[in-house]
Amino acid sequence: MRDGSAHPYMANSVADIQSEMLRAIGADNIESLFAQIPENHRLKTPLNLPPRLSEMALRRELTRTLAKNETVERNLSFLGAGLWQHHVPAAVDEIVRRNEWLTSIFGEPSSDHGRNQAWFEFCSQIGELLQMDLVGMPVRSWGTAAGHAIRMAARITSRNEVVVVRAIDPERLSVIRNYCEPAEMENHIAIRMVGYDSATGMVDMDELKAKIDEKVAAVYFEVPSYLGVIESHGKEIAAIARAAGAETIVGVDPISLGVLTAPVDYGADIVVGTIQTLGVHLHAGGGTGGFIASRDEDRYSSEYPTLFISISETLQPGEYGFGLSLFHQSSYGMREKGKDWTGHSVYMWAIAATTYMALMGPRGFEEVGSLILQRAHHAAEMLSEIPGVDVRFRNGVFKEIVVNFDGTGSSVQAINKALRAEGIFGGKDLSVDFPELGQSALYSITEIHRLDDIQRLARALKKAIAK
Amino acid sequence: MTTAPKEYHAPVWNEPVIMEMGHPGRRGVLFEAPEAAVARSVPDPIAMIPEGLRRRNPPALPEMSEPEVLYHYLRLSQQTLGMMGMSIFGTCTMKYNAQINEALAWRPEVTHVHPLQHEDTLQGALEIVHEMDLALRELSGMDQFVFQAGGGAEAAYINAVVTRAYHASRGELKQRDEIITTIQTHPSSAATAAAAGFKVITLMLGENGYPTLDSLKAALSERTAGLMVNNPDDMGVYNPEIKEWTRLVHEAGGLCFYDHANFNGVMSKLRASELGFDACMFMLHKTFGAPKSGVGGPAVGAYGCSAKLAPFLPTPIVAKMDERYFLDFDRPQSVGKIREFWGNFQVILKAYAWVRAMGADGIAQAADISVLGNNYMEKGLLAIRGVTRSHPDATSPRLEMTRYSLEKLHEDTGVDVHDVLNRMTDFGIDAMWTSHEPWLVPEPFTPEAGEMYGKEDLDRWISVISRISDEAYSDPEKVKTSPHNQSIHRLKPGDTDDPKLRAMTWRAYKKKRG
Repeated sequence: MRDGSAHPYMANSVADIQSEMLRAIGADNIESLFAQIPENHRLKTPLNLPPRLSEMALRRELTRTLAKNETVERNLSFLGAGLWQHHVPAAVDEIVRRNEWLTSIFGEPSSDHGRNQAWFEFCSQIGELLQMDLVGMPVRSWGTAAGHAIRMAARITSRNEVVVVRAIDPERLSVIRNYCEPAEMENHIAIRMVGYDSATGMVDMDELKAKIDEKVAAVYFEVPSYLGVIESHGKEIAAIARAAGAETIVGVDPISLGVLTAPVDYGADIVVGTIQTLGVHLHAGGGTGGFIASRDEDRYSSEYPTLFISISETLQPGEYGFGLSLFHQSSYGMREKGKDWTGHSVYMWAIAATTYMALMGPRGFEEVGSLILQRAHHAAEMLSEIPGVDVRFRNGVFKEIVVNFDGTGSSVQAINKALRAEGIFGGKDLSVDFPELGQSALYSITEIHRLDDIQRLARALKKAIAK
Repeated sequence: MTTAPKEYHAPVWNEPVIMEMGHPGRRGVLFEAPEAAVARSVPDPIAMIPEGLRRRNPPALPEMSEPEVLYHYLRLSQQTLGMMGMSIFGTCTMKYNAQINEALAWRPEVTHVHPLQHEDTLQGALEIVHEMDLALRELSGMDQFVFQAGGGAEAAYINAVVTRAYHASRGELKQRDEIITTIQTHPSSAATAAAAGFKVITLMLGENGYPTLDSLKAALSERTAGLMVNNPDDMGVYNPEIKEWTRLVHEAGGLCFYDHANFNGVMSKLRASELGFDACMFMLHKTFGAPKSGVGGPAVGAYGCSAKLAPFLPTPIVAKMDERYFLDFDRPQSVGKIREFWGNFQVILKAYAWVRAMGADGIAQAADISVLGNNYMEKGLLAIRGVTRSHPDATSPRLEMTRYSLEKLHEDTGVDVHDVLNRMTDFGIDAMWTSHEPWLVPEPFTPEAGEMYGKEDLDRWISVISRISDEAYSDPEKVKTSPHNQSIHRLKPGDTDDPKLRAMTWRAYKKKRG
């Protein structure tokens, strides 16, 4: 370092090594190696950054700063809305933190064989949950997966409109809008929104029928929906889409697929969703990750923007390896002529997810699905017994429930504030994005919420409402 | 200390695909039974699923115990060379991923935090994000950063989307539909601009290794929406006319975006804003000490811009008022969301920890050491038979990387760059980067010494290339049939792209190959 001591991250930060290297290349000083940068481009003042910290000081300072965060471990949280608190087996964390792949560069299939195999296993297990043969490497989030899938459908059908069901995460919808709009651009995809039935939370089928015509590239809906509802018109929706020559894109939370049938069974052509629920912590939002899957047909495979890993034979008979497939059509291969774009994504979360799926097996998925159903429905029942509280869409919800407080005279904001004082993070406030639902909040209940957690919530809600 | 190639042999586990493993009935996770009251009120949870939507056939996932799963993936991690030998990979400005960063990033205050929590419960996270924003402002001269992008390409996409919004706000979007880039700029700039709806104009290189001012002038018009470039480019060549470029693009009404993928060569040496750029992007993975994760992330593309563009940034912005941090959603001109939530806090934390561990001096010295290391390697590599450099007439020292060619070696011996990559791994050295498409230089390779590895490692790396060159000239089959010491052998050529054979899932494999 300039103060004379070497930096622990830089082996060559020792003066005599630098002198030796300079001698070897015949340069007088390091400065001369920057000759390409003209003098009037150069920064004249030193950077104004805090001084470097030792590891001890860094740990002390950042631990102190981090302590200002409240966690969902120390509090009781019912926040979901696109990112959910599920049990993550300790073995998943052990695997995902391995340095070998934590820091690895993109090596040859033979040198990074294990990582490629793990990625293939991720795609293979997602494929089994979805009953689909073609699964791309993950993209950055559910919303980005949906955006890419809609653009794929537009390319496949050469159409430029999409029907999206309104019971969707507003953040996800905003992402989709950025993938489709604005209208000034030539490749603009117009979004037609279809409402949901106020009694059931399910797609308004009359409106859907009215919105679909030969301009529509795809219909996009989710099971379970953002409001937690298990949409049961899937078959009908897909049939209507097919009749109009449109693709059916279904968004799904794969943790539900031990108990819910795979979207392909009700006619999905392309399936997208999150991988966060498969063994990835919340990370304040950094846990997001998405997937895109479809039938293994050229009309689909030729439109993916993702990277693919294919199993392959090696030069040694009987041995298999794994390598990139369809790379040429990606933006790495074709720049602006590639399919959308790809780049760094969430492949470490693919390692977490593959480990999680292997630990779960078919029984684990069935059990976690059942437990979520049981606890969510039980919570709905308990909360609806509180005077003034009404749980909407009681039939056919998975892990999110819409809890309405109109009858209490309190706002979600006030209730959540009171809950916070009790160490409870209440549900996501829906009153701004879904004004038709009044003072409602989206409560996420998963396998981690025990009976006493739900009882504690009910008690705290009663107290908050009584205020 | 010897710097001869290390004798290396990878672990070989003959590990089956997990889909072939397991036994019916085995378990890796057990869930507790529901409490009696829950079971009483919802005795048959499956009955709560609408008819026709219940799963009939269980997914054909492996059934395994926890140790079986754990050791399977540990064996796969062992069969991943990663950074265990040495890995220098151009166009990435790779950093050491300090273990303290990991230790901090896996604390519950990071992992067990929901982005929708009330701001009062997120003050630690928001403080760190804000401090990182300030550090990047200092490094770039920009006025505001956002961290929503899940990688560098997605940050480039933010730029394309912000560019749309900016021109739309002036009523010029219909007219301004062209983005100018250069052939040596990363493919993601061209690809994201096109995906956002722009036409892409790509400038080719002139004699000096960068496009001429005349070619830029010819591309500029009232249709110009913006410029997206790397500088230095992937050959280690810096465009000394870049200030004139940004001036001309502004004069034509366009915006200028600086892709800082190659930041090592210029960090602390210049600021994007002072060169005339309106926006820039940093990769907090790779460049700022968070793992690249096998080209996979999770990653963060930090996107920063001038005050002029700040109103259009994705929401929310992390801001500070008095001593309190908050998420500012009240931004009426915002483009909305590019990805859900407000960024990968875990990665931002690692990057912030890196900045604090380096300090201003450390960052400046990392640039010095990486440029020194590259020029040191260049001296060694150009002495090897069959190795040449792109633009041999451009004599100024390259910055943090150099583009080489094995054209001569290929002509002389038939050994191509992929053969060399495979053979390198036999010495515990992971493959180097060749070049982004299109290959302007035949049989290219682009190592980047970086600041992490010591001189002995750089010497060893050079000695490996030297040894492979000797082998190519004396025993080319040895190189062409490599690797010999790896977990598996080379893939059969063509298998992974043949529609009849390629299989991206085990289901597809079983159908295609029985």
